[in-house]
Amino acid sequence: MAYKISESALDAIIAGLSAQCAVYAPRLLAGWGTSSDVDIVGYAKIEKGSQIAFDKKSMYSFKEAILPISQTLFYFTEDEMREPRPAFAQAVVFLRGCELHGLSRLDDVYRADGKLDFYYEQLRSNTKFIVIGCEDGFESCFCESMGASGVPACDGYILSRGDGYVLISNFDELTDLVKAEKAEQIDFTPVPAKNTLKVNVPDEIPEEVATSPIWDEYDARCIICGRCNFVCPTCACFTMQDIFYDENVNAGERRRVWASCQIDGYTDIAGGIAFRKTKGERMRFKALHKLKDHKGRYGRNMCVGCGRCDDVCPEYISFSACVGKVAKACKEVGGNG
Amino acid sequence: MDNLYKPFLSKILKVNPHTDIEYTFRMEYAGEVKPGQFFEVSIPKYGEAPISISGIGDGWVELTIRRVGKVTSELFESSEGKSFFMRGPYGNGFDLDLYKGKQLVVVAGGTGVSPVRGVINHFSRNLGQVDGFSVIVGFRSPEDILFSDDIALWKENKGFTLTVDHASEGYTGSQGMVTKYIPDIQFKDINTAQIVIVGPPRMMTACAGAFIERGVPEENIWISHERRMSCGLGKCGHCRMSHKYVCLDGPVFNYADAKHLVD
Ligand code: SF4
Ligand code: SF4
Ligand code: FES
Repeated sequence: MAYKISESALDAIIAGLSAQCAVYAPRLLAGWGTSSDVDIVGYAKIEKGSQIAFDKKSMYSFKEAILPISQTLFYFTEDEMREPRPAFAQAVVFLRGCELHGLSRLDDVYRADGKLDFYYEQLRSNTKFIVIGCEDGFESCFCESMGASGVPACDGYILSRGDGYVLISNFDELTDLVKAEKAEQIDFTPVPAKNTLKVNVPDEIPEEVATSPIWDEYDARCIICGRCNFVCPTCACFTMQDIFYDENVNAGERRRVWASCQIDGYTDIAGGIAFRKTKGERMRFKALHKLKDHKGRYGRNMCVGCGRCDDVCPEYISFSACVGKVAKACKEVGGNG
Repeated sequence: MDNLYKPFLSKILKVNPHTDIEYTFRMEYAGEVKPGQFFEVSIPKYGEAPISISGIGDGWVELTIRRVGKVTSELFESSEGKSFFMRGPYGNGFDLDLYKGKQLVVVAGGTGVSPVRGVINHFSRNLGQVDGFSVIVGFRSPEDILFSDDIALWKENKGFTLTVDHASEGYTGSQGMVTKYIPDIQFKDINTAQIVIVGPPRMMTACAGAFIERGVPEENIWISHERRMSCGLGKCGHCRMSHKYVCLDGPVFNYADAKHLVD
C-alpha cells in the first residue's frame, strides 16, 4: 500500500522503527572523506527520517550492514570455539534499487550450492529492505544498461518528491507506524530508474577476450588500492584472519575481513607463487567476474551498474568505459557481443 | 543451521617426519573421504590452511604438511596424542572408478605427490584393477624426496620412475624433469589410457602438452590445482578460476575443461 507522507511523519516513522530494531541508511558522515574536511555518504544507523541522504549516492554500498567489513566468526581459547552474538536481531536497511539487485548477487554466492553461510544468514534473513526510489539516477549510474534499474520485490519503497515522500509498506510493523501518522493513501507504482549514461553490455564474452590487449592500459593506470571492490555492492570476497589478545595470548578471535582481488596477496600460495601479478590481469579478473563468470555459474551478470567503482577510483578508471571496451573486444575476436 | 566454518578437534595418531620441513600427520577421522580432497587445518591464533589428504585408512586420514607459513609451522610443534582443529573434507577428489580396467599413468612433482599418494598407493596394492600402471615422481633434489617408505613399495612396480631435477655428483638415481620420462611410456591403447598429473602449474601444462603430443585425448587427462583458499566453501572467492571454484568444483579437473579456465 502506498502513502503520501510529510517530513515530520517520516521522522516519526523512522523513530518508531529504530525503537524496534536497527535501522541502517545512507547518511552524511562528516569528515569521513579522503581528507578530513570532506563529507561522504555512507551506511550508518539512523533514528530520524531526515538523516537519510536522498539527494546523493552513497560512496559505500548497503552491504556492510549485513556483511561487515570485519566480522568475528569465533572467539576461541586453546580448545574451544564460540560463536559471537549477531550484530542485530532485526534490522531495516534503506538502499537503492541497484543495491537490492546487488543483494541477489550476494545471495547467489552466500546461499549457493546448498551451502548456506551461517553468518550471512544470521543478518540477511533478519533484515527488511526498503528501496530508496531513483528517478534519473546519478551521473555515473548505468543500472539501466545492466538490466538492474527496476524495483525488485521488496519490503518497502520510499521516493523523495518536491512535496514530501511516497512510502510503500509491505510489512506490518511499518504499516502500523504509517497508519499512526494518519498518512493519506495514494495510488502509486514505482518506475524503473532512467540513466543518461548508456553502455553496450556484451551478451556473451568469448574466452579470447581474456587475452585481449584492452587490459594492458590498466597496468599503468590502476594503483591496486582495492577501493573499487570495497564500495561494490556485489563484491563478496573475504579473507580469514586470526588475532590474539595481548593480555591473554591463549585467547583470541577468528574474523573474516573484506578482500580485494586487485590488491597484492589475494592469490598468494606457499612457495612464493601468485597467480595474477599484473594490474591489467587483476582488472581483467574483476571485470570478467562482473560480466561473464558470475553469469556462467549463477545465470546473471554480477555488476548492477551502480557506478560506485567509477565514483571512488582515485585514478579515474571507469568501469562503465571498461564494459564498453569489453563489448568492442568481443566484436574484434569475432563474438556476438 | 550448521555453521560450516566451525572446525572439529581431531587426534594426532602418528607423526612421520620425511624431511626437516615435511611431516605426515595421521589424524583421527571416520567419515567418508577420497584421495585428492583436502581439509582446512585450523589452528586458533595462527589461522587456517588447506592441506590435501595424502593417505586414507580405517578411522584415519593422513595430511602431509610442509613448514612454510605460520599455520604449518605451529603444527610442527604438535605431537602424537595431542589434537588439532580441522574442517572438511572439501573438494571433489579423484574418482578411482574412472581408472579401473584402463591403463593408468600418474605423474607428480614435489608436494604434488601428496594429493595423488592415495591414488598411487591404491593401485600399487591393487595392480589387477588397472591394465598397466606407470608412475613418474619428481623432486627438486635427493634431499627433497618425500614418502621414501612408500617409494620403496612403489618401486616394486616396474613402471615406476623416481627422478630429481638436480643432484650432486655421485647420485646414482634418475635425473631430469618428469617430462623427460614421458616419451618412454608404452601405451597399450592411447585412446583409453588415463593420465593423472599433479604438480606446479607449469609442470602440469608441460606434461599435459607432452601427453597430447603423444596422442592422448585431452578428456583422458586429469590434473589437480592448488590455489589460495580461505573458506573451502565457494564463498571467499580466492580460489576462483573463470566460473569454477577450485575448492568446490576441483581441485581435480578434467584437462578438456581445465584448459578453458583462466586465473
Ligand atoms: S579503485 Fe581504481 S586504482 Fe583502485 S584498484 Fe580499483 S581500478 Fe585500481
Ligand atoms: S562493478 Fe562497479 S558498477 Fe558494477 S556493481 Fe560493482 S561498483 Fe557497481
Ligand atoms: S576457498 Fe573460498 S571460494 Fe574457494
